[in-house]
Amino acid sequence: MEITDAICSFCGSLCDDLTVKVEDNKIVDVRRACRLGAGKMLGHERINSPMIRNEAGKLEEVSSDSAIDRASQILLHAKRPLLYGWASTSCEAQSKGILLGEILGAVVDSTASVCHGPTTLGVQEKGLPTASLGQIKNRADLIIFWGCNPIHAHPRHMSRYSGYLPGFFLDRGRQNRKFVTVDVRMTETAAISDEFLQIEQGSDYVVLSSLRAIINGKGDLVPDVVGGVSKEELMHLSDMMRSCRFGAFFFGMGLTQSKAKYKNIDCALSLTNDLNTRTKFVITPLRGHYNVTGFGQVCSWQTGFPAVDLSRGAPYYNPGEMSANDLLMRDEVDASLVVASDPAAHFPNASVRNLAKSPLIQIDPYANATTEIADVVIPTAIVGVETEGTAYRMDGLSLRLRKLVDSDYPSDEEILDKIIKKVSRNGDVC
Amino acid sequence: MKCDVNIITGRTIDQGANIDNKLSSDYFNACARCEIGAEDLETLGLLEGSHVKVSTKFGSVVVSVALCDGNMRGVAFIPMGPWANAVVNPDTHGCGMPGFKGVLGSLEPTDEKPLDLKAFMSLCRE
Repeated sequence: MEITDAICSFCGSLCDDLTVKVEDNKIVDVRRACRLGAGKMLGHERINSPMIRNEAGKLEEVSSDSAIDRASQILLHAKRPLLYGWASTSCEAQSKGILLGEILGAVVDSTASVCHGPTTLGVQEKGLPTASLGQIKNRADLIIFWGCNPIHAHPRHMSRYSGYLPGFFLDRGRQNRKFVTVDVRMTETAAISDEFLQIEQGSDYVVLSSLRAIINGKGDLVPDVVGGVSKEELMHLSDMMRSCRFGAFFFGMGLTQSKAKYKNIDCALSLTNDLNTRTKFVITPLRGHYNVTGFGQVCSWQTGFPAVDLSRGAPYYNPGEMSANDLLMRDEVDASLVVASDPAAHFPNASVRNLAKSPLIQIDPYANATTEIADVVIPTAIVGVETEGTAYRMDGLSLRLRKLVDSDYPSDEEILDKIIKKVSRNGDVC
Repeated sequence: MKCDVNIITGRTIDQGANIDNKLSSDYFNACARCEIGAEDLETLGLLEGSHVKVSTKFGSVVVSVALCDGNMRGVAFIPMGPWANAVVNPDTHGCGMPGFKGVLGSLEPTDEKPLDLKAFMSLCRE
């Protein structure tokens, strides 16, 4: 059986043109997917059974009911639970997770806090002059990649949205467009760009500010060299930006994780606003996990914030205080539920040590670093392969992921529903 | 010979392709590595594939060293993952985001071998 127009549930590009061949309820071939998506769809080793860590420190297989019971008891007895992850699951499961957080009085944070969390802070300061990826594909004649390497992280982004395909107003595709990459390293994306500015690590803010100065007619204030880049190069880039008909600025962790963090984003958004007084310019974060954008949406419509502390009886948001790493570094967390992510692999080691100190529940299709420190492990179905669900593409477009094969694994949503029923008291709305 | 470096961490396609396959040797090979430019490799007197100890004030880790011509002198790139996270700055500076890039540290040759994921994570449970 061939399934056409399947959606890939790997990265925030949510490519929706895959053809998947299924034989005997197994995916045997995936066409048009990149290496990242094909690997996921063709399958990796799975967690076989629910597990609980025994007194000897070993994970041992248990029934699903036992694992859910233990998880519920851990969460019920916690005073400062952290519900973390959510980037690789459906909006429906995310919604359940936030409801569970409300019942428990927990902090609910997503992988965005170590990814594009600073982008959210920048957007809250300055707004987001953005466009759909379809608009960019059809109109953008200048593409800036700043602190990102889509050839590695979003391998089909350039061929589907931001480069090679002809657009409605750009009938010659790549020949109609200029690519500019600004990065600390000569990446593969930089190598195929028309222009490459190699800046010194941590100088993004001053380079962005210099471009703003030039574009706003204050170029005489810019020194001869900024962040390792000559003023002539900056003048040239600002000319390209001003003279394009439709510019699109994509950025990644090079901005959100470097020294100025959210202020880098603030500055990039301000630059985009400045450019819009002269031409049309849009800016879009390259979101990593396929539904990290969805968590921001779901959490915002349920609580008013893209991550939330529900311990006060009312939603509270203050990144830097209630973000997962800040809580862990202050050693406040006394139990954690990790859904569809791997903080043990992606948090600083000092945070991971504190994460491992208190009871940890993992809900995930795959064994990973978090499994190695988890006390309860509950395997689930893969959204977009074994179960359906809603996800948001990086530009905010919601898409319905399909079920491609049958599975005995329960969905994240079903597991969370069972935990919610166990921990609910009279009066809780579930 | 020691070599001072500015450490940045980030995604690679090999790391991404094995993100759901973390207990594999492919993930280990993709992430337990440090990419530096030719001049820094020469300063260390090492060949590609040799082991190097990465140290910062936040911790240390042993990884393999690899040549990356795209790196400026003094810039070391470690793919995101447990090995990189042994040396990054856990402080979020009040915005939730730890210091995954721009961490000052040093590289030096070592006879030690990189720990695999299970061994590495068992240290976190001690």
